[in-house]
Amino acid sequence: MTVLADRPQTAVPDISPAPGRRKPGIRAPRMVLHTFLVVVALSWLFPVAWAVYNSFRDYGYTSLHGYASFGGFTLNNFTNAWEQADFGRHFLNSAYITIPAVILTLLFSSMVAFVVARFSYKFNLILLAMFTAANLLPPQALLIPIYQMFRSAQVPLWFSDSGTMLNSLAGLVAINVAFQTGFCAFVLSNYMKTIPKEIYESADVDGASVFRQWWQLTLPLCRPPLAALATLEVTWIYNEFFWATVLLQSGDKYPITSSLNNLKGQFFTDYNLLSAGSVLVALPTLIVFFALQKQFVSGLTLGSTKG
Amino acid sequence: MSETTATLATPASPAATSRPGRRGGRSKKRRSTADRITITLFVLIPSVVVLGLIWLPAISSVFLSFTNWNGVGPLTPDNVIGTLNYENAFTNYPPFWPAMMHNLIWLAVMFLVATPAGMFLAVLLDKEIRGSRIYQTALYLPVVLSLALIGFIWQLIFSQQEGLLNAVTGSNIDWFGDQRYNLWAALVATSWRQVGYIMLLYLAGLKAVDASLREAASIDGCTEVQTFFRIIFPVMRPINIIVLVVTFIESLRAFDLVWIINKGRNGLELISTLVTQNVVGEASRVGFGSALATVMLLISSVFIALYLRVVMKEDQ
Amino acid sequence: MSDPKSEPLARLTPRPIDTSFVSRSFSRRTLLEGSLSVAALAALTACGSGTSTSGATAGSPASGKVTWGSNQSDAVPKKAYAEIVRAYQAQSKGVTVKTNTVDHNSFQENINNYLQGSPDDVFTWFAGYRMSFFADQGLVGDISDVWSKVAGMSPALKAAATSKGKQYFIPFTTYPWAVFYRPSVFKAKGYQVPKTMDEFYTLSAQIKKDGMVPMAFADKDGWPGMGTFDQLNLRINGYAYHVSLMAGKESWTDPRVKKVFDAWRKLLEVSQPNSLGRTWQESAQSVQKKQSAMLLQGMFMGQQFTEGPDRDDLDFFGFPEMDTNIGSDAIEAPIDGFMMAKSPKNQAGAKNFLAYLATPAAQQVSVKADTTVIAASNKADTSAYTPLQKKAVKFIAEAKNMSQFMDRDTRPDFASTVMIPAIQTFIGKPNDVDALLKSIENQKKSIFTA
Repeated sequence: MTVLADRPQTAVPDISPAPGRRKPGIRAPRMVLHTFLVVVALSWLFPVAWAVYNSFRDYGYTSLHGYASFGGFTLNNFTNAWEQADFGRHFLNSAYITIPAVILTLLFSSMVAFVVARFSYKFNLILLAMFTAANLLPPQALLIPIYQMFRSAQVPLWFSDSGTMLNSLAGLVAINVAFQTGFCAFVLSNYMKTIPKEIYESADVDGASVFRQWWQLTLPLCRPPLAALATLEVTWIYNEFFWATVLLQSGDKYPITSSLNNLKGQFFTDYNLLSAGSVLVALPTLIVFFALQKQFVSGLTLGSTKG
Repeated sequence: MSETTATLATPASPAATSRPGRRGGRSKKRRSTADRITITLFVLIPSVVVLGLIWLPAISSVFLSFTNWNGVGPLTPDNVIGTLNYENAFTNYPPFWPAMMHNLIWLAVMFLVATPAGMFLAVLLDKEIRGSRIYQTALYLPVVLSLALIGFIWQLIFSQQEGLLNAVTGSNIDWFGDQRYNLWAALVATSWRQVGYIMLLYLAGLKAVDASLREAASIDGCTEVQTFFRIIFPVMRPINIIVLVVTFIESLRAFDLVWIINKGRNGLELISTLVTQNVVGEASRVGFGSALATVMLLISSVFIALYLRVVMKEDQ
Repeated sequence: MSDPKSEPLARLTPRPIDTSFVSRSFSRRTLLEGSLSVAALAALTACGSGTSTSGATAGSPASGKVTWGSNQSDAVPKKAYAEIVRAYQAQSKGVTVKTNTVDHNSFQENINNYLQGSPDDVFTWFAGYRMSFFADQGLVGDISDVWSKVAGMSPALKAAATSKGKQYFIPFTTYPWAVFYRPSVFKAKGYQVPKTMDEFYTLSAQIKKDGMVPMAFADKDGWPGMGTFDQLNLRINGYAYHVSLMAGKESWTDPRVKKVFDAWRKLLEVSQPNSLGRTWQESAQSVQKKQSAMLLQGMFMGQQFTEGPDRDDLDFFGFPEMDTNIGSDAIEAPIDGFMMAKSPKNQAGAKNFLAYLATPAAQQVSVKADTTVIAASNKADTSAYTPLQKKAVKFIAEAKNMSQFMDRDTRPDFASTVMIPAIQTFIGKPNDVDALLKSIENQKKSIFTA
């Protein structure tokens, strides 16, 4: 579509330094700066590096020689952590929660964002405010009513084996969607507002329904922010801890992050095992992070599309 | 737990696309029924989810705070006890004021140490230097980790028997267990994450500042420091406010890390853990817990309102 | 809110208790009742998808799957429970059990929501006030019919399982709280087991000189410290006062309570410091590593010792006498067991399983795999007991009065939201007791009369 080429550059800001703008001369302050940054970066990486280092070490060795030592390497911790804490099942639970939640969140938020960006109804501002503010409320304040609500919501057994929304993965998906939709709606609406009206006008002239416009025009154009938000949401929902801990009661339904709490009881003395467990749990987010760094960053900073 | 984010509005630049002026004619066009249904559903479905799962519970919590219900059986008018829960919370609940104090300390450290540190690093990384990418990656790596996980990782460092800190310094302090130190230990762990997060937000904002402003300043002979404080900082006012609000809200919501350490007791009391203890525990003091939760809501609402004002104003 | 119970329903005494109460029936939203009472679920995946196999109707023999909620998350008891399931399924004629293990502390904490949500058919719980608190609110199933076929439980045990004339609880195992030590250490250093508190402090001075910590102590989780309070209160003020205090009938600002805290302050001087950052497992391990000499704990602490010669080197003595008028014949021996959900998905299966759990055979499986508890049934074969278990049987049999433990003898909301922080505050600042006691009393008033 020719209109695409006419679209102003609305790409997310690239934070990497622009080449060729380096100021010439003064070395010393630059050296100091670099040294400082290297020190800071190393100390920032240290805790994770320490956990990784220890995850490869045998408990027998470290309890003998203390932790500030070198040696005793083994891969056993990983296999042990995986088996003892039943990681396979918990990772699967995380997947069952995260994937539907992210899809639904993006779906819902793009729906609302589309209406708010495309049409100028009077309620747009209030709607957006309602969504955005929802993301900022403390979850503890909502705990009891959500609890009661989920407990009284009877659902068929194939949906949740407890018969209610409580202690069900579906309930977790629902609450995560509710929390995250607000933020995504706001970001998407900002982005969608930069789509030129001409596109929609020609679509109207062509007789395309609003639904088709949303599905075939807007969403494909929104690939950058959708990708960015997907990356962010996968990370956040995967890391979500509070709701998973309070809304689930069966140990085997816990997603991976909350199952860490269970681990604590079992592994409390064997810190190497705990490190290995932590590394395993962190692995998906780290992989997503390194592979999709650009999306992650742009998702957080999306919104500066007006310049 | 969901993250607060800041979607940054550029401080100063006009909209790049042509907008208002042409839209007036749009709304006059008649939409087909199918379209209207679509639009209605598009708004209705997400709104029902958010209203039903977020706003309705929030309001219910406030109502519940005026009762002495314990969660079992029906809620009857007999359960209504007025403001007794609040009186008890303020005067008859020893962990309450320490929790408020800890939240305040948390806020102060985030506001005075972590956030400025993030901003400072953002300014440093805004210069074009080699390896900027690598530094940034190192700094916001903790942001992708769950706070519960961060608790475990720092446990390896802070543990009294097996932690690195004691092994290296030879001290015997129980960093997470001694109530003189554990709040500060938790704050170190949280700041580790917060700095990277703020740095990221601020850096994006800095990049979006019009380059011409900086050039003008350097032509006028301003030093870098002067340029920052006199020109750039004021121009980033909306972002500053957003960063501020994010700091406040996250401080108020701090929960995961502290819960993992010791369920928020013995020096790590926070208002969020108090609510959870009263509601989730065997105790089930639902009415009382709701009163605590309402306190949280009230404090948050101040900052939410501020956030909305800034963010919505930039919009229309 | 129900009235606090002062009747010693939860107390074990050798004399049978008169428990004639009018039974009240609570109506409760029973969402699952009716629709699910006969279905046994075959779903084993976390997602909960799965079809239900045909289950038993109320009258036909039990079959299908029974879900079993367990809080035995530590390695040793978890293994023991797996053994029980194996033994049960071998003779159950088709009833299978699926165990749902949740971290020990989390299980207790979530009980309210657990019971009102979708509890397992059978689940672990405790006797005492902590049981009747939930039974009286209509949150657990009445298993009086199972009790009618149970043999081998003393009348005192039945009383502990009863609330208002109905039984809700099957006692399974019990264990005493006492002061544990390693005989090898005592023998090597020439220590004598103290009978009075004065002897105890003399011994502690000696232990300190020898470079060990006299008394291990941990209170990170909040509840272990309750054990110390209970023992001191039982010794200083007697069993009857302790019961009354737990029932909310005494004022916490009474000088008698202050005496307890004063005695505790003295005890803290010979206890492990920094207890608020230490878990009970770690305190047990400090005894195992011979860094501490003694530990006031339940017998379950033996789980931290590996079976074999390590655990054989473990013995206990009752908490020393502090007042000759009161003596030392009151002990704490919590009873653990099982309850049934109010509306179990497989009621026939659940009752069948519970009946099995009441048998000495089942309990023997457990106490064999986990030798830190003893069977509740008096028909259990004690010949295979370890010396420690045999001593525990004797210890409990000889006691005149038995309490269950603070968090089982009083209201759960009082125990967890008031006493845990209060005890932790005391341990952190042992000198300032008056304000603390006043605060406990005020909070107690607001809770017990709510």
